[in-house]
Amino acid sequence: MKRILIHITVIAVFALTINSPVLAATSAPVTGSVLPDIKLTAPVKTDIRNYLGLSRGDFFKIQQIKTKVIIIEILSMYCPHCQGSAHKVNELYRLIENNPALKDKIKLIGIAAGNSSYETEIYRKTYDVPFPLFEDGDFYIHKVLGEVRTPYYIGIRIDDGVPLVFYSKLGGFERADEFLELMLQLSGLKLK
Amino acid sequence: MKKISYFNVLSGIIMIFFFTSISYGLSDVFKENIYYPKNLKPTDSVLKVKVGDRAPDFTLPAVFVEKISLSQYRGKKNVVISFVPAAWTPVCSDQWPGYGIVKDIFDKNDGILLGITVDNIPTLFAWTNQMGKLWFPILSDFWPHGKVADSYGILRSDGITERALFIIDKKGIIRYIDVHDINKRPRLESIVKELEKLN
Repeated sequence: MKRILIHITVIAVFALTINSPVLAATSAPVTGSVLPDIKLTAPVKTDIRNYLGLSRGDFFKIQQIKTKVIIIEILSMYCPHCQGSAHKVNELYRLIENNPALKDKIKLIGIAAGNSSYETEIYRKTYDVPFPLFEDGDFYIHKVLGEVRTPYYIGIRIDDGVPLVFYSKLGGFERADEFLELMLQLSGLKLK
Repeated sequence: MKKISYFNVLSGIIMIFFFTSISYGLSDVFKENIYYPKNLKPTDSVLKVKVGDRAPDFTLPAVFVEKISLSQYRGKKNVVISFVPAAWTPVCSDQWPGYGIVKDIFDKNDGILLGITVDNIPTLFAWTNQMGKLWFPILSDFWPHGKVADSYGILRSDGITERALFIIDKKGIIRYIDVHDINKRPRLESIVKELEKLN
């Protein structure tokens, strides 16, 4: 009995520690589905917390970001395509932030698959990334999201606190304005 | 007794899954051209050098440069040698592109990076072309096959090399060795930390 309790405790602690579902996904999130439960470490910097609309807490779930639509970029500092398209993603962020009708309704985050916090910071500094990046050094989130290649984009609409996937696709985009238009169209986001 | 076995098995499966499964954050840049080997034995060779030894010198052909010798950096640069097992494989393809954006860190620490595999020059040319413009030389230890890797003791029994890092100071002395699990990429910060110690 003692051994059983020890094993249960070990499994429970491990599952809680990794901040993600215990079982990994076998495929990428599918359009129309609910995004798997993902917990991220809450940023320390106040401006990033404010951008995400987060209050106190060490961790947060994607759907707790105070907005209607979230665009997630899965990237890596070791990914040439991510490096090459970083300026376009930055432009996407600025198009959203510079539009008063969009800035509170769409948020952009990056998850750095397999990158330590040091490596994630190198990427952020190198490309002057203005939106929040989260390290996923041990590939936990990456596994939950089906071990997609990079860069990969996931569009999420928050409906009554439920994160619904409206876009899930491998590869970058040619033009930030066209990609934003696509996100608006597919999310069904109403601007007024 | 049966319940104990059940939990043993369950926890075992979970632990094995998270601690031993291989993960790749592979870039879309390589499309469908990556060969996925099975999970390989983490290391499969015996080092022939140690920290404090003089690094075995070598001269190898390089992509875009005719030949490069280790000794040409003596008294000038701290040298980081990155051996990767093979071109067109997942972890290797997901390693050097990251080094491609940290030239400033190497410059700051009087460092140069040499990338080496046992692939031939045309293969290395085609493969590294997918990585963007790498600032560091890519050397071929193809012929005599793996001679340099063998002199350091990192040639595996199947003819590829370990995923290994050697840091050699300006005097030509080995200051750091990391023969890494071949299935995993070393953290960049481990290289930077060791390189900074030399300055």
